[in-house]
Amino acid sequence: MVERAESRGVTPAPLPARSGWRLPPMLRRLVTMPLRDPFAFAGITIYVLFALIALFADQLAPLDPMEILFTKAGKLVANVAPGAEFPFGIINLGRDIYAQLIYGSRSALAVGLSAAVIVATVGTVVGLLSGYFGGWVDSLLMRIADMALSLPFLPFVIVLTGFLGADTRNIVLAVALLLWPNSARVIRSQVLTLRERAYVEAARVTGASQWRILFVHIAPNILPLSFVYAAIAIGWAIITEASVNFLGFGDPTSVSWGMMLQDAFSSQALSRGQYAWFVPPGICIILVVVAGFFISRGYEEVFMPRLRGR
Amino acid sequence: MKLVLERFAHNALALLAVTTILFFMFRLMPGTPLAAFINENLNADQQQAMLQQFGLDRPMWQQYFIYLGNLLTGEMGLSFFQRRPVTTILLEVLPNSVILTLCSLIIAYIFGVLAGAWLAWKRGSWLERIAVPAVLATRAAPEFWIGMVLLALLSFNLGWFPSGGASSPGQAYTSNWQRIASLDYLQHLALPVITLALYLQGLPLLLMRSNMLEVMHEEFVTMARMKGLSEWRIVIGHAARNALLPVVTAFALGVGLSMGGNVVIETVFSWPGIGRMLVQAVSVHDYPLAQGAFLMIAAVLAVMNFVADLLYMTLDPRVSHGRKG
Repeated sequence: MVERAESRGVTPAPLPARSGWRLPPMLRRLVTMPLRDPFAFAGITIYVLFALIALFADQLAPLDPMEILFTKAGKLVANVAPGAEFPFGIINLGRDIYAQLIYGSRSALAVGLSAAVIVATVGTVVGLLSGYFGGWVDSLLMRIADMALSLPFLPFVIVLTGFLGADTRNIVLAVALLLWPNSARVIRSQVLTLRERAYVEAARVTGASQWRILFVHIAPNILPLSFVYAAIAIGWAIITEASVNFLGFGDPTSVSWGMMLQDAFSSQALSRGQYAWFVPPGICIILVVVAGFFISRGYEEVFMPRLRGR
Repeated sequence: MKLVLERFAHNALALLAVTTILFFMFRLMPGTPLAAFINENLNADQQQAMLQQFGLDRPMWQQYFIYLGNLLTGEMGLSFFQRRPVTTILLEVLPNSVILTLCSLIIAYIFGVLAGAWLAWKRGSWLERIAVPAVLATRAAPEFWIGMVLLALLSFNLGWFPSGGASSPGQAYTSNWQRIASLDYLQHLALPVITLALYLQGLPLLLMRSNMLEVMHEEFVTMARMKGLSEWRIVIGHAARNALLPVVTAFALGVGLSMGGNVVIETVFSWPGIGRMLVQAVSVHDYPLAQGAFLMIAAVLAVMNFVADLLYMTLDPRVSHGRKG
């Protein structure tokens, strides 16, 4: 995120850095934040909506997304325009666009969430270790981060999936491999300032161990940042999966929005003007990615009023 | 000066690391590099001779240093499929990518900077409330999807632009440069540039807007106000000048980043650039060509990172010290 957190009528709550996982204020604010920021609220709503669609895909879409439809006379149902029976029409190979769109949310959810979990976990752990211990641990981890950041993003994902095989897991792996350094760097710099706070000093004086200080006193204050980067990673992973699919290195067995776009593009849907085929998947992708932007923006504003992107 | 050398060394090392990762990544790929070259009719002795000829019988680390040495002299091997030197192929398509990237970036940044400054000035209006989420949406859209929609609307439906490629069939030119200077080339270039610019304008716009908002509160702007300068002079002469600094750096970084991202745009518009070359090479398992294209993209990225570092240091002396990579 590049835009700065600035107050928009909402006065950001001051962040009293306190320690302890069970401290209610931190968790309470984590949950109530969306209610205070309209953008974040919109973002959460979009996420919940898509999660529900993914969960109830079977009920929402009666047709199988890969099923090839035939008329009673045994003729292929191809290129049907949107109508009452098929809300988004039928593709050139007789498959229902609406069903593909609905089931696509499942793969988006799977790709987005798994990438987000890996990126946030690795980024948080590396940032914590690097910022807290400093020294050679810091240098080593940050050099690795620099290396990952100097790889061109999409080309690397393509080369990796192109050679390792068109499997959604490889795409997630490649995305995670390249995205964790951003979060690690920001979390590291945050740890650097937290480390010097009085309450950490106090914990040290009472004889708390290094690991206890790190994970019980510092980590909870980092948590909101991890969420921000998780939200951003969801969007990146979904866009990347779509791009890789579009370039023809996607998993041919999975139904995803990227697969739909690739399908539409290679079957000349553009020249036939079948907008109902290729516009909706793009809109879905935009919604999910924008939701991530909004949420991260909201969290930044509430928790890290002075934080600058990256 | 010491800092410059330090940044140079830093970026050079990063590039070396990328080269190393790439070398071993391609070596560990399934299939021997020879598979594409070996003729079915060769017997074991002849195969061995070929292995020797290509230096493939030596240990991996020796191969690695030979590879590095070759790279320094611009030698990247032969493409498996085109049977031509990789360097030649890449240099042929590189101008197309550079032209596409630079044109889009320049348009995107001119628009983004102006619109961003304007939006900062219009802070709190209904226009701002609509514009910011709209800009975020263009940043969230997959590049290739924007391209697909524009292609369907402007090219197939309205027929304003050609639907792909870099020149119409049947055109003959005496040199590559003459081709690039032709009107036909410009017509083909227009739609990819519009698409890419639309995708890229979000970053400078949002950056400029938030910088302006920040700068407007700084002391030197208050000072200018106290001096009684006109609002216009304050915005242009004092605030915008300072808000521009990070945008300039972002431009340099943007050149490097979008060279990599162009992979999809070039594919949508069948634009014969380095990104599309990479995609094609990977899909037919043309290792030398894929490796070369990837390296060239990575090299542009590293060079532009270095340029961004330099710009950062020269433009804003406040930040040049104490910043650790």
